[in-house]
Amino acid sequence: MTQTMLDKIWTANTIKQRADGATLLYVDRHLVHDATFQGFDTLDAEGHPLRRPDLTFGMADHYIATGSSAARRRADFDGLVERLNRNARKWGFESFGPGTSRQGIVHVAGPEMGLTLPGCVLVCGDSHTATHGALGALSFGIGASEIAHVLATQTIWQHKPRSMRVTIDGTLGKGVVAKDVILALIGRIGAGGATGHIIEYAGSAIGGLSMEGRLTVCNMTIEAGARTGMIAPDDVSLQWLAGRAYAPKGRLWDRAEAQWRRLRSDDGAVFDAQVLLNADEVAPMVTWGTSPDDVVPITGHVPDPEAQDDPDRRRQVRRTLDYMGLVPGTPMTQIAIDRAFIGSCTNGRIEDLRAAAGIARGRRARVPAHVTPGSVQVKRQAEAEGLDRIFRAAGFEWTGPGCSMCVAMNGDLVPPGERCASSTNRNFEGRQGKGSRTHLLSPAMVAAAAIAGRLTDVRGMQASS
Amino acid sequence: MTPFVTHEGVAAPLERAQVNTDLIAPARFLKRGRQDGFGDALFADLRGTMDGDRPFVLDRDGMAAASVLVAGENFGCGSSREHAVWALMDFGFRVIIAESFADIFYNNAAQNGLLAVSLPASDIGALWHACAMNPGLTAKADLPRQEITYADRSARFAIDAYRKDMLRQGLSEIAMTLKDLKAVRDFERGRAEDRPWLSHPKQA
Repeated sequence: MTQTMLDKIWTANTIKQRADGATLLYVDRHLVHDATFQGFDTLDAEGHPLRRPDLTFGMADHYIATGSSAARRRADFDGLVERLNRNARKWGFESFGPGTSRQGIVHVAGPEMGLTLPGCVLVCGDSHTATHGALGALSFGIGASEIAHVLATQTIWQHKPRSMRVTIDGTLGKGVVAKDVILALIGRIGAGGATGHIIEYAGSAIGGLSMEGRLTVCNMTIEAGARTGMIAPDDVSLQWLAGRAYAPKGRLWDRAEAQWRRLRSDDGAVFDAQVLLNADEVAPMVTWGTSPDDVVPITGHVPDPEAQDDPDRRRQVRRTLDYMGLVPGTPMTQIAIDRAFIGSCTNGRIEDLRAAAGIARGRRARVPAHVTPGSVQVKRQAEAEGLDRIFRAAGFEWTGPGCSMCVAMNGDLVPPGERCASSTNRNFEGRQGKGSRTHLLSPAMVAAAAIAGRLTDVRGMQASS
Repeated sequence: MTPFVTHEGVAAPLERAQVNTDLIAPARFLKRGRQDGFGDALFADLRGTMDGDRPFVLDRDGMAAASVLVAGENFGCGSSREHAVWALMDFGFRVIIAESFADIFYNNAAQNGLLAVSLPASDIGALWHACAMNPGLTAKADLPRQEITYADRSARFAIDAYRKDMLRQGLSEIAMTLKDLKAVRDFERGRAEDRPWLSHPKQA
């Protein structure tokens, strides 16, 4: 009987099944952050101890100060960061708070230090936990009640999702990156297109992506409604993982690697759904609306609501354009921006900063622009490569690591009515602050927009050396 | 958690799809503790705004009493914040009827005793229409019968047996799982042998 990668990990971590078909899964890694304190409150209220402090890891990211000049800070944000430290001390789990060398966004710092391993079940109270599947983990976001359940039992009840294989063959064109691939996929299948499924990515274009690119693709898989995304371990991911702080070493690594190499879906494994995407046809993408599937190539135009056949969709597009302050038919490259943000768990990794710096080098931003590395390690690496100097010389602000303006919980905000070119994952109404207008793009496209003062096609803007 | 058997209340037609959790409970409210309540956070950025030529649905006459929300597809998409469920419940909602739900929101709802019901687009359209014709219309959700009724119409809905039971009995899932602790310990022993690199991770 052939098995998918999902089948293999699911079976290996099954403790028991319930009559209704739900499975009690063992949780190998539980990542908690500074915005998940309510789970600990439930633990206290119901009188349970934290069952496995050694498998629980804390990370300050949502509320942490980044030193951004856009900040509208409140003292109670620091209190929430401190509350995570308090819970870590009380229950005896490791936590990476402000000022520590491994702090960062949980989905950047977790893989980076080797907490994420192929074949492990990893959960975190954040929907972008899908990211970790790029290393061949089964990782998914959970709510506060489920967090409390994992804290108390180190297990979680789940119904097995259906499986969808997305095969992306071909070669990405110049200036086209992982962010464009995932935006193109979301545009194709819709923001609810993979609801109830996990997506396993395959194909030559996925195999050709760097580890950073794969993390970006899996990260935004949740924006297609999928429970998570995953990619089978291969030479690229295993070489990236080897030697990381919490990854196994020596003979233990060899034993682990032999198992990890067998995780890939068997030939002939059956998926509940299949989607094919041709990488050659993907252009640099940009969103025009307030849902990640409101997306067009940068060469496209703002859609016309009156051209929509479905009356509900017509009304929705009208409402969206009203919120976004856009006129139907406008070429995307004529949309002026007020602000630019490079960072987030989607695009705050070293490769993202290199790509953006390549565009910023020797040029000058026309609008306020922030670069927020995904972790302390990314920040140090970037500074060692001189990227911070390139950004600063181009007028970009260089801040400390954290979720910052992507989720607008720490006081870093896009002011009402302002239009922001953003390397983040959600363009929802009010996501980056009340009344904010977000366009999602790749990091190099954001840098290009900051320099042009409007959305622009990065392919017409050569990286200078 | 309050058990859920049946509930009848005023239906609020939220005529949009892709209602995400940032919209339901904006980020700036999330720093509160559960006991502080999130009712005022619900749709905070839509309250006081116009929806076409009408006020936002919850600002209309009689809607402060609404307890059954009727929305389009992919309700609750976006972040995993359980605050979205808390905000809906603290405002007074007990039932959300939508064409479809995002997975994490659907799980979070059941954990808190909020009934999430999926109905086909045609039923949602009919409910929206009935609400428009008759503002203040009440709808009834009957969990044992798995049925929504309003005016002279009814629609059956599907729900898995476990969630149905959890909602009906208002159970805490943690206490139930802890009864199986022996199975968990047995699993941990096997895992330590087969995959020792997953046990006790230490920085090397």
